[in-house]
Amino acid sequence: MRELAYYEAKFEALEEIMAADQRVHLINGTFLSLSPHRHVFQTLKSKYGERMISPPISELGFCGLATGAAMAGLRPIVDLSTGSFIFEAWPQVANEAANAYSMSGGQTRVPVVFHLFHGLRGGGAAQHSGSPQAMLWNCPGLEIALPSSPRDVKGLLKTAVATDNPTIFVDHTRLLDTRGEVPEDDKAIPFGVADVKRKGGDVTLIATSYTVQVGLQAAAQLAKESIDVEVIDPRTLVPFDLAAILTSIEKTHRVVIADETHQSCGVAAEIAARIAETGFDKLKTRIRRVSTLDVPVPYSPPLEAHIGPSEARIMDAVRAAVA
Amino acid sequence: MAKKKENLKELTALLRRMWLIRAFEEKVSALYAERQIVGLLHLGIGQEAVAVGACSQLRADDYVYGGHRSHGHAIAKGADINRLMAEIAGRASGYCSGKGGSMHIVATEAGFITATGVVGGTIPLALGAAFAAKERKKRQVAVVFFGDGAGQAGPFHESLNIASLWRLPVIFICENNGYAEFTPLSAHTKVARLAQHAKTYAIPASTVDGNDLLAVRDAMQKAVAKCRAGKGPIFVECLTHRMRGHYEGDPAKYRELSQLAQWKAKDPIARLARALKNKKVMNDKGFATIEREARELVDKAAEYALASPWPDPDAVDTQVTS
Amino acid sequence: MPEQTFLDAIRSALAEEMRRDSSVYVFGEDVALGGPFGVTQGLAGEFGANRTVNTPISEGTVMGLAIGAATAGLRPVVEIMFIDFITLAIDQLVNHAAKLHYMSGGQLKVPLTVRVQCGISGTMGAHHSQSLEAWLAHVPGLKVVMPANPADAKGLLKAAIRDDNPVVFIEHRGLYRSKGQVSDDQQIVEIGRAKLLRSGDQATIVALSSMVDPALAAADDLAAQGVSVEVIDPRTVSPLDIETIADSVKKTSRLLVVHEAVEQGGIGAEIIARVQQEIFYYLDSPIARIAAPFAPVPASPTLERQFLPGKERISDAVHKMIRA
Repeated sequence: MRELAYYEAKFEALEEIMAADQRVHLINGTFLSLSPHRHVFQTLKSKYGERMISPPISELGFCGLATGAAMAGLRPIVDLSTGSFIFEAWPQVANEAANAYSMSGGQTRVPVVFHLFHGLRGGGAAQHSGSPQAMLWNCPGLEIALPSSPRDVKGLLKTAVATDNPTIFVDHTRLLDTRGEVPEDDKAIPFGVADVKRKGGDVTLIATSYTVQVGLQAAAQLAKESIDVEVIDPRTLVPFDLAAILTSIEKTHRVVIADETHQSCGVAAEIAARIAETGFDKLKTRIRRVSTLDVPVPYSPPLEAHIGPSEARIMDAVRAAVA
Repeated sequence: MAKKKENLKELTALLRRMWLIRAFEEKVSALYAERQIVGLLHLGIGQEAVAVGACSQLRADDYVYGGHRSHGHAIAKGADINRLMAEIAGRASGYCSGKGGSMHIVATEAGFITATGVVGGTIPLALGAAFAAKERKKRQVAVVFFGDGAGQAGPFHESLNIASLWRLPVIFICENNGYAEFTPLSAHTKVARLAQHAKTYAIPASTVDGNDLLAVRDAMQKAVAKCRAGKGPIFVECLTHRMRGHYEGDPAKYRELSQLAQWKAKDPIARLARALKNKKVMNDKGFATIEREARELVDKAAEYALASPWPDPDAVDTQVTS
Repeated sequence: MPEQTFLDAIRSALAEEMRRDSSVYVFGEDVALGGPFGVTQGLAGEFGANRTVNTPISEGTVMGLAIGAATAGLRPVVEIMFIDFITLAIDQLVNHAAKLHYMSGGQLKVPLTVRVQCGISGTMGAHHSQSLEAWLAHVPGLKVVMPANPADAKGLLKAAIRDDNPVVFIEHRGLYRSKGQVSDDQQIVEIGRAKLLRSGDQATIVALSSMVDPALAAADDLAAQGVSVEVIDPRTVSPLDIETIADSVKKTSRLLVVHEAVEQGGIGAEIIARVQQEIFYYLDSPIARIAAPFAPVPASPTLERQFLPGKERISDAVHKMIRA
């Protein structure tokens, strides 16, 4: 099977999406943040320039525009770039896009995709390192996808565009240069299907986005200590594949959840709560969370390195779970 | 009209201050290239006259707010370059103990309240300081620096409206350098001069050559006088140019080389130097001394910063709430 | 002890704090006229239009203005008319109010209070009925309180105004007319302290804001059926007083969390995650949550009623936990 870089797989997806459906428009950004590879965006521009829009710096404005365009039959993909900027557009995302289908009794569909890069990026500091997906999980009506591999980013982006619901596509700049297998005839990946990224029998490690990669590294290290970790990637928060997680816990009886949103009311909190509600009897020990600490993201590199769900912290949690 | 006699000592001091900013920014750039500084860095090389000309008219207890490109604003307002350099280098001895970094400089001792990473984000904050100043009745003013890109943000318009409605003592200074991130202004809006927006909200506004320190200073002098007298907000648009990309590392391919050359000829420091030379205040040797002294101060700041310890990891969750 | 409505208790707190401290200013749409529910009635008369400031419909900028004024020495209390509109101010709250103290290494303080009204009451539909406390609890640097009775409303609002940090004070409008005893002597309720409302030993019910009354009613019904439950009101959503809750669950070994907000990503998730982390082995049955379904609040009265958890669902959940 061929191997691709994450950013290559992402671009392949965008190209196939743009070729397949005239209704798809790209708004703002290059979908590659400040990556040195972002020049590949120019090839898209040369082919599909009339469907690619470069708006002013008005996140509220262009997210509202995208929402309205989706309501009127187009299928826009908006690149918010730095995840923290979604707060400027919050009224349109949370109150308009999320609610329209329900509030209209099913009359209005909003097939818009809001794409963003979240998380710790190395010196982004407090206002450029946000991970808004936990708050967005509290907004009924939004689907949320978080790829962690080249195959996932391609498959999930295709589904994000294909569904008729507003989707938050949560990406991470630290994934862009990772590599992985991507089959030639790959299909779209359905939402609501978790992926077991590593099979194991001792502990279930649930991780999202870039933290999946960190978790896999931790698992490789822990294997040397004879701890066999199963790494599960939910891939989407909405819809959420709880069944896959419960199946794993049936086997391991121990859970660690690693995720980059802040701990309080973060993604790991909701996953922990669901497991506590429905899988309690299968657990031999408490559910452990490895989340970004509840502090604004500090600028200084050693401080930033200290607060995220690092390999070391994940390993400590897993060891504690089997102790 | 007779021209006011220039205070030549004052002009020399202003030239020094511009050189200090220039040297500081170039040093920060060099350290970034060596990866001694990481993260996102936005330099104001070429825009020094706006910062220095504007802040020259302010009192210590006036409030200044900036944006993401605000090292120069902080220095112009009187921030200590050692502590500033240390903050940008992420050290514990920095103004913000390493927690803020380049885009979030705070130097309250100098009256530089805060920068921000959110385009236009400090404009409403400046309104708040102006409101407090108005209540306090000590004739303080608030000043907020922002770029032409901020004119596209909702809060910009809301703020003009409210400042005008409530006659707040705030001076809006727009550094119109013609580019918002990677896009020329003309591709973002049909309104070429942001001063026009101010007029829509009944705020007196002017557009000046932002690379002419004396022009900026004079516009600011008038603005500050009006503001302190309780006449309400003023808008000063300064046409300028940033000689580097939007951020360090930006290859800035979106700019034509000829444009860059044009602006280089209008370099604010060189222009003031020429003006001083014409008035026979200083010669080339004098200018060279000013530059050298500025670079020496900046070199010392860099030494101080790089010799300072990194923050203790235990500090990571302090100062979240007081 | 005299009785006051929830709404009047809030007004009393505002007036007392404005009298006590001339740096307290109130900002909001129509606040000088009393606001849409009358909370600020009379304040302009006593303190003048200067300190009871009517703002244009610009939530984001007004929030930013209040933050800036707070860093410059005032103590602003900003009213956002409906919590659904806090979306318009969320960038200023998240990126400035919450972070300035930290990002400045302690140089700046933001003694800001934000008052927002929330919740389902009066079939106002999806944009006027939300409960969004979990968003704010997720943001380090913000404190979030949700009183459920007049005494707590008064005491917590006073504490919020005196706090040097940004505090979001969330008042459920369905509680505005509820009455309760409120002492005259300017009692402060400490932020971050839960309250045990009723003792019991077979289950702990943690109920927030509008869910306190149904929880207490359910407790009465359960008692009549021979089941004894403990009811705790967190009062503060962030920082959570997990210690009080954990101590209770150690005793009862069962936990039910009830809140009006949407279940997914709600504050109940955090309470559950923290409690099981502290006292996992004390639990005899799975922790349960009762909350709103994963949907926007419907407008029709019958659907809206269905949306709200009531005492029957609470009792049923307790029975289920005990049978398990």
